[in-house]
Amino acid sequence: MRIVTLEAEDDFDGWRDAVRGLVLDQVPPDQVVWQVGGDDPGELFAGQMPVVPADRGAFSVPRAFIDLARSATLHSERQRFALLHALLVRVLREPGLMEDQADPQVRKIEGLAKAVRRDIHKMRAFLRFREVPHPPAQPFQRCCASPEPSDAPPAPPPDRPQHNLGGRVGERAGTAQNSSGMRYVAWFEPEHHIVRANAGFFVDRFATMRWSILTPEISIHWDGKRLTQGPGASKADAPEGDPIEAVWKTYYASIFNPARVKVGAMLKEMPRKYWKNMPETALIPELIAGAQAREQVMVATARAKSGDNVEAAWAALRDEAMQCRRCDLYKHATQTVFGEGPVDADLVFVGEQPGDQEDLAGKPFVGPAGQMFDRALAEAGIDRARVYVSNAVKHFKFEQRGKRRIHSKPDAGEISACRWWIEQELALMKPRVTVALGATAARSLFGKVMTISRERGRPHDLPGGGEGWITVHPSFLLRLPDEEARREEFAKFVDDLKAAAKRMRD
Amino acid sequence: MAQLDTRQKLEILADAAKYDASCASSGSVKRDSRGGKGIGSTDQGMGICHAYAPDGRCISLLKILLTNSCVFDCHYCINRKSSNVRRARFTTDEVVQLTLAFYRRNYIEGLFLSSGIIRSSDYTMERIVEVARSLREDHDFRGYIHLKTIPDADPELVHRAGLHADRVSINVELPTRAGLERLAPEKDATRIEGAMAGMKRDIVDAGDATRRYKSAPRFAPAGQSTQMIVGADAATDRDIVTRAAGLYGKFDLRRVYYSAFSPIPDASAVLPLKRPPLMREHRLYQSDWLMRFYEYTSDEVAAAADDTTGMMPLDIDPKLAWALKFRDRFPVDVNHAPREALLRVPGLGTRAVDRILAARRWRRLALADVGRLTVSLAKVRPFLIASDWKPVALSEKADLRSLVAPKAKQMELFG
Repeated sequence: MRIVTLEAEDDFDGWRDAVRGLVLDQVPPDQVVWQVGGDDPGELFAGQMPVVPADRGAFSVPRAFIDLARSATLHSERQRFALLHALLVRVLREPGLMEDQADPQVRKIEGLAKAVRRDIHKMRAFLRFREVPHPPAQPFQRCCASPEPSDAPPAPPPDRPQHNLGGRVGERAGTAQNSSGMRYVAWFEPEHHIVRANAGFFVDRFATMRWSILTPEISIHWDGKRLTQGPGASKADAPEGDPIEAVWKTYYASIFNPARVKVGAMLKEMPRKYWKNMPETALIPELIAGAQAREQVMVATARAKSGDNVEAAWAALRDEAMQCRRCDLYKHATQTVFGEGPVDADLVFVGEQPGDQEDLAGKPFVGPAGQMFDRALAEAGIDRARVYVSNAVKHFKFEQRGKRRIHSKPDAGEISACRWWIEQELALMKPRVTVALGATAARSLFGKVMTISRERGRPHDLPGGGEGWITVHPSFLLRLPDEEARREEFAKFVDDLKAAAKRMRD
Repeated sequence: MAQLDTRQKLEILADAAKYDASCASSGSVKRDSRGGKGIGSTDQGMGICHAYAPDGRCISLLKILLTNSCVFDCHYCINRKSSNVRRARFTTDEVVQLTLAFYRRNYIEGLFLSSGIIRSSDYTMERIVEVARSLREDHDFRGYIHLKTIPDADPELVHRAGLHADRVSINVELPTRAGLERLAPEKDATRIEGAMAGMKRDIVDAGDATRRYKSAPRFAPAGQSTQMIVGADAATDRDIVTRAAGLYGKFDLRRVYYSAFSPIPDASAVLPLKRPPLMREHRLYQSDWLMRFYEYTSDEVAAAADDTTGMMPLDIDPKLAWALKFRDRFPVDVNHAPREALLRVPGLGTRAVDRILAARRWRRLALADVGRLTVSLAKVRPFLIASDWKPVALSEKADLRSLVAPKAKQMELFG
């Protein structure tokens, strides 16, 4: 049994040197105990392996393995050094193994490396610095006294800028050196041994600042020129707050859109384990709790106040509908036939689709069915000039037979494509009662198949609000062959119209 | 009106900026602050999201408006002239100091600055550029800057924006011309596209110059992007996908963002009250991914939409929808199929495909091998042939959709 003691948890170079010797000596991976300095002081040096001289021999390893091992050795998994050793033995025997990501052993170690890469990324993302004067008026921590040589002339204590949150946010007059009297300290708790590997990122980014990153395992300090390291720290060693955090929280709360809460998406990328060291996360519960109410207020306000320019909004909507290509019916129809009537009408009728004459005239309900409809309205005592009339489908669908264009029923897809328009019309006008004339209109308004015989004669709640009624389409009356039935159905139709209109007066 | 302090202004001007979906800090050049007088670094690869809001959106940049006063009256916009929101305006120095203060504490990757139009397009553009100039020149700031440019501004000013910024963007706002006419009557689709074309020209020219002379000034190295509002006009998903593909093609855009229209305080009556499901926005992003990373043409993506309504299914993703529609293209043999065929297999991402290609050079792959490379074997199985697996019976089943579609679950809270 060989025991290898590495200098530190992230000692990749030490592992590489040691494993080179183990491979050259053909020591099987299960005959090696890996430990990190101080792991087990009792047995330290018991079967200690000497460092392998460089001239003992060499072998080459795919670059992909080195990259993988460099990341995976930073993982907190205790078996990582042994796992990597075992993989290395296979890599040397099996060419191409590193390209086989479906191999369970490669997969496992790739998993370790991936977790390390994620931890590195999240540290870059979620670490938060707090600003303190430099040098501190009183040592703010035991572990992290200034890394500067003690014989350096003490810097004059800078004036602590007044972070008057009611006023300017900037620390000092706008010069490039305006953070020179400051030091930035962060407390972070990584999952893996990534701190030293990640130091270069923070140096690159904050080269002109003095900063310290404190973690349970190690601290690192940058004084503007040199990077030094110290022992691990505790949260109490880090400064407690920073007045700018309140400004940052203001930003966090304001950039959040309460009308689109997606807590799962947030948690996936920012798991709770990171929250404790991020000041803004304290706001999350109240932001979520208040979101629905805020959205409802927005919608309610919009509903209440529209009215001042409904006319303009309706005209704009109609103009847009004139260019509709939401389904293919526009290709053969003459024009979009939009709804017609006063936009403040309380009673709206929705038919199926324009017919031959409506298609040419550009107006709804002007053909034979429209005339039947007018007769029924008159019989029911309803003034057509005071109601709004529209269709579920706004383009004429037909089959050409010789010179005649024969009406053809719109299919479910066409009804669904065109529902956008009728929904917009109704949302703008908010009529008290909407009457669906025929099955197509009922399907469009209720979003499902409704049986007219069963549902007529009584009010229903519309999905978008308001009251809906269902009756037959006037063209149904035209198609009835015998006079008796036609008279009877016409009377029932008029009764339905009367019942719906009566709701206006209730 | 009482003077607003910086924090109150931030509250107003961040709130006013949140309807812009983009917060990316990706795709720029590699820069760091060593040897400089200031701070900041950028990377070529993906950016960093420093926080996530409960709306699931990444917070990478300080995303604010310089002012939310505006002479335009776009109905979908909370900042339109006729809206009665509180107005505020930052000074250049306030934005600069706020950016630096946040950056030093590692809250952000940089600044995304936009503005309402005040006085004139040129004046507004000039104020935006001045913030970026001050950050870069007075403070040697080397972090990420995204500037919104104004279509009608003097091209010289727009050009200066590109010299300081990593990314520039102009929003097309609505997928259809008719929609733009209805909802943003003062904006003009032709002018917007003209400005995007000008920006593309500048980016290409600067790229050529950089290749020839190392010292040539950089110009918007992270390219240009745009945004469309979804669900406020009558555009179908097919229309939107087709429009996006046209924009990618014509203007070399890095990204098209899709923003499901959502209710705003003090909405205009012209705006629809009913908002589209957030899932629709998600499906559009997935469609966009298919074009950009999965080698689908826009026509192919559009074919995944319902033939009549032109809408993508909400319950399954567009790649699965496409596969269910074109079943004769499956199953695909994981050990022999070319890359482009593997990319069409639902459940296989680009990385899984690359790993399959690398691994199969050395051995034949069984289903369990594929399972180790992907998240859901259940989704992949009906469409794949592996050394120990043939899904013949499965793919002929009429109810394939119900087998592979995710189980219905409660939609997002307000979806």
